[in-house]
Amino acid sequence: MSTTAAGAGPQGQISGSAPAGVGDFDAGRPYRISGSVSVRPESFGALVYDFHTRRLSFLKTRPLVRVVESLADHPDVHGALEAAEVPAHQREQYLKALAGLAQAGTIKPREDAP
Amino acid sequence: MKLVEHFTHGLNSPICLTWELTYACNLSCVHCLSSSGRRDPRELSTEECKAVIDELQRMQVFYVNIGGGEPTVRSDFWELLDYAIAHDVGVKFSTNGVKLDKARAAQLAATDYVDVQISLDGATAEVNDHVRGPGSYATAIRAMENLYEAGFGQFKISVVVTRHNVDQLDDFKAIADRYGAQLRITRFRPSGRGADSWDELHPTREQQRQLYDWLVARGEDVLTGDSFFHLSAYGQELPGLNLCGAGRVVCLIDPVGDVYACPFAIHDQFLAGNVRSPGGFDTVWKSSELFAELRGPQSGGACTKCSHYDACQGGCMAAKFFTGLPLDGPDPECVLGNGERELAKLQVDGDPQRVIPKPSLDHSHRTTPRDRREPVPLTLSVRRPDRACDSDPLGGEGTRLPAGIRVG
Repeated sequence: MSTTAAGAGPQGQISGSAPAGVGDFDAGRPYRISGSVSVRPESFGALVYDFHTRRLSFLKTRPLVRVVESLADHPDVHGALEAAEVPAHQREQYLKALAGLAQAGTIKPREDAP
Repeated sequence: MKLVEHFTHGLNSPICLTWELTYACNLSCVHCLSSSGRRDPRELSTEECKAVIDELQRMQVFYVNIGGGEPTVRSDFWELLDYAIAHDVGVKFSTNGVKLDKARAAQLAATDYVDVQISLDGATAEVNDHVRGPGSYATAIRAMENLYEAGFGQFKISVVVTRHNVDQLDDFKAIADRYGAQLRITRFRPSGRGADSWDELHPTREQQRQLYDWLVARGEDVLTGDSFFHLSAYGQELPGLNLCGAGRVVCLIDPVGDVYACPFAIHDQFLAGNVRSPGGFDTVWKSSELFAELRGPQSGGACTKCSHYDACQGGCMAAKFFTGLPLDGPDPECVLGNGERELAKLQVDGDPQRVIPKPSLDHSHRTTPRDRREPVPLTLSVRRPDRACDSDPLGGEGTRLPAGIRVG
C-alpha cells in the first residue's frame, strides 16, 4: 500500500481517494465497484482496498458506503443516492466524491450502460 | 471527528499487519528488530499458519507484511504465499534475497498480489556488510538482478537509515532506479539487537535534519512506512498518518503466534495475546486489555507542553521503551534534543533501579558468523597430558563403578 494514500483526503472531503476531478464520470450512467476492490466496514464508514493498484482509500461517511455498495443495483448513480437517502443539499459533495472514486478506478461504469 | 481520530480509537481490523513467519535466519544483522537467528521449536505449523490466513480473510485484512527472520527459509513459505493470495490476503514480504534465484524470481513475476522487499542497509558492500554480514550485499544485488530480469516489475528496496548510510540516500535511489524498484527507507530502532548497536548506528542530530531535508526535497515517491513522524517537528508534516499506530492500526504476529502492539516492540510489556488462544487473532485484536489501553487517551507527559506535540505526538513508543525513557517522555531522537537531555540525565543520576529493558526473546545465533578470510581464533594447548590416554572409555570414572570391577 502507498502510505501516502492513508494520509490523503483533506478535511471536508468525504472520500480520501484521488483528488476529486470530474473527468469522465457521468452520474446518469450505471456504475459498480471494481472487481479488484474490497470494502471493509468501519465505524466512520469504510476502508477500500484495490488489490490491483494496492491503493487504500477511505469512505468517510456511512451513507457514502451505502451508495457505493448499492451502485450495482441501480440504473444510474442518482438512483443509488436516492436510495441511500442522501439529502439534496449534499448531493453535489457526494457526486464529487464518487467522481474521485471513479478516477481512482475504485468504481467503474457497468457493462450494461446504454 | 477527523479520520485520524478514528484511527486513534482503533479499527475493526488492522490496516498494517506484520507477520514474522520465523525467527530462523541465515544472517545475523546487528540491528535485527526481532533478534532472529535460530528457529523457535514452537513455530506455528503450516496448518496453523493457514488458519491464521483464513482468519485474516474473514477480518478483511487486505494484505500482510511478512518478515522474520528470513521468511523464505521456511520450507512451506511458497505454499503459504500462494494460500494467502488465494484467500484475498495480499502479501508483501521482506527478504535478504537468499532464496531469490532465477526460478523463484520468475515464479514471483507470474504471481499477482505479491510485493517483494529486498533489505539493503548500505549502497556499497562495505557499509551494508558491516551491518548485515559478509556477502549480504552481493546476495541482495543478485536477487534484485533476478527480479529485474524476470520482469517482476516494481519491487521495493528497504533501507534502515543509520549513521553510516544516511549520506548514501541518493545512491540508494540510483540503485532502485537501476532495477526499476521503489525505494523504501525506515527508521532504525533500538529494538531487538538494535538496542546493542543503537549508540553506534542511530543517526546523529545533524543527520536527522539532513534526513528530513532529503525527505522533503526528494521523498516524493519514496516510501517510509510512516516511520519518521518524529521528524515532522522540524516543520512541514511528512506524508502519512503521523501517529503511532501501535495496537490501533498496526500490530505484529510473531513466529510462535504471539501478538504484539507493533513490530518494534517484541517485549512482554507489549504482548497482547496469542493466535493459538480461543477466539484466535480476532479476539486478541478486538478484546485485549493492552490494545484497549493503547486506544484510550494517552498521556503525553511533559511533551504536551511542547509546541511541536501535535506534529510528533511524542514520537515512537518502542524507541523510548528500549532506550529506558518513560513512555510519556520525549523520543530519544526528539528533534529539539529533549530526548538526549533526558537520557543524559538518566546516565548522570546513575539510578540503580533504572534498568534498560532487554528484549524478552533472543533467537540470535549462539555464535556470530565470522569473516572467512580471518584466521580462526584458537589457542593450541602446550600442556602435556599427565598420562597416556585411557583405553577404557570408563577410565577415570572408577570411583563411581560398582565394586568388583577393576579399573586401570
